[in-house]
Amino acid sequence: MSAPALRLTRLTLSHFRNYPTLTWRPGARILVLSGANGSGKTNLLEAVSLLVPGRGLRGARIADLAAHGSAEWAVAGRFATPGGEIDIGTGTPPGGPPDRRVFRLDGAAPRSQAALSAHVAAVWLTPQMDRLFQEGAAGRRRFLDRLVFALEPGHAGEVAAHDTAMASRNRLLGGGGADAAWLAGLEDAMARHGVAVTAARLALARRLNAALATGAAAPFPVALLGLRCPIAERLGAGPALDAEEWLRRSLAAGRTRDAAAGSAATGAHRADMTLADAASLQPAGQASTGQQKALLIGVVLGHAALLAEARGFAPLLLLDEPAVHLDAARRAALFAALARLPAQALLTGTDAEVFQPLAGRAEFWQVADNTLARAAEAAPE
Amino acid sequence: MGGPEVERLIALLARLPGLGPRSARRAALRLLQQPQTRLLPLAAALNEAARAVRTCQLCGNLDSADPCTLCADPRRDRGIVCVVEGVGDLWALERAGVFRGLYHVLGGTLSALAGTRPEDLATEPLLARLRAGGIVEVILALGATVDGAATAHWLTERLSPFGVAISRVGQGVPIGGALDVLDDGTLAAALRGRRPF
Repeated sequence: MSAPALRLTRLTLSHFRNYPTLTWRPGARILVLSGANGSGKTNLLEAVSLLVPGRGLRGARIADLAAHGSAEWAVAGRFATPGGEIDIGTGTPPGGPPDRRVFRLDGAAPRSQAALSAHVAAVWLTPQMDRLFQEGAAGRRRFLDRLVFALEPGHAGEVAAHDTAMASRNRLLGGGGADAAWLAGLEDAMARHGVAVTAARLALARRLNAALATGAAAPFPVALLGLRCPIAERLGAGPALDAEEWLRRSLAAGRTRDAAAGSAATGAHRADMTLADAASLQPAGQASTGQQKALLIGVVLGHAALLAEARGFAPLLLLDEPAVHLDAARRAALFAALARLPAQALLTGTDAEVFQPLAGRAEFWQVADNTLARAAEAAPE
Repeated sequence: MGGPEVERLIALLARLPGLGPRSARRAALRLLQQPQTRLLPLAAALNEAARAVRTCQLCGNLDSADPCTLCADPRRDRGIVCVVEGVGDLWALERAGVFRGLYHVLGGTLSALAGTRPEDLATEPLLARLRAGGIVEVILALGATVDGAATAHWLTERLSPFGVAISRVGQGVPIGGALDVLDDGTLAAALRGRRPF
């Protein structure tokens, strides 16, 4: 991967989370933020994540982003991009409702969030993802859909259309005596959108696995992403139109059962994402917490490579507590991968010591008392 | 501010589509400042419209004549009926001036979530028009939403016993639009709906 990288060169916060005001000028490609629990490390990553389209790495409600006692907040970032320097800002509109958010691109309102995608992108890993394989398929499906959405913005619309058709069908079946032709119309919509959603998920898995197999995350362990979904099996066996027809028939045949269960037994909403170690083929669900974390870091690095290929620049890597659960060998592999990649990386941890192997290549910052200070740096190894 | 008459005027204006409290206040102020040229003519026009405009018994259009001007026009092709969701869609098609047949306003789409059921739509009048004969084609011009598509699917089943041609408006690349900005769903629809040159 040799795409030029996006670089954050200045971050300004006003009334954001725990920060009344903050101006931060990071000066390196790898940035380590260390500090005690609750010092506001993740809030900084979240602020950066809000400068790219989407709802940020916590998916928080807009009104919750303001500092305590404040209704308005703002985050502004200056980026060095392959096309020159740009300024991106976001926050509540001045004097506007506290649950609305506006963007500024070089001082003017961008036409849409998508207009930002041409300039900035970020991928992230959070400690919440550590539970991905302990919890239900819904969380894994959302994780996968976010990966697809970053590359194919139309994917969110397809998922929403499938889910609307499904919710409508559930409602009709629940009411009893439903009009068969109406049900068939909704099942047709479920089939069309469900197959489109599944095809996009499959395409992402294929591209990600190919990128990882060719060393996008090297020397980090290679992950293998898959989809457990009967629609995906049909798509693998024949043309998309046949898969649609199969799904339409399955739904029509399953009306009585689905009416009793209150939900559809077949559809894109039943898919599950699988993740395994490409070398041992051990599934993530059976792996240790540390092994799972390693697989997820692999996915995030591979996804960053795909984004770099699609956009022409390497996205920011926001890694919240990446070292937790990793043994010394995996940490070394992660640091080696980060050193090799062109992307700018922001790492957090409670203990700066863990990141010492990056000394000389990274800038170390201490987060405390709602502010940031350059930490004393150890001599490079 | 201004007494109950002014407040009532603002409150009523604010309920119109596209207007909020702020723009309603601006509109009310402009009306009240120019009573002779703005307020009274508008009041007269509203009165006149309320008295004269009604729903066409044949197609569901809004017009001061019943049957409406479109249904009564002898130059229009009476063999083709274009089914639309609302009067706004009918007006949009008329503005474009591309369709010379007759219309049928359905009055919405089926929606399980919003509680719009088959009996809430003006389907019976449409079936009655087909039974009366003379119609050879029905064009379904419904929105490209999940509910619009499901309604088109459902309506097709209701209409198929009449043996008329049933078609749907095309979906795909907008005029003057580039391909690379289209989402996957639109591109797939455009490819599915391709035609020989």
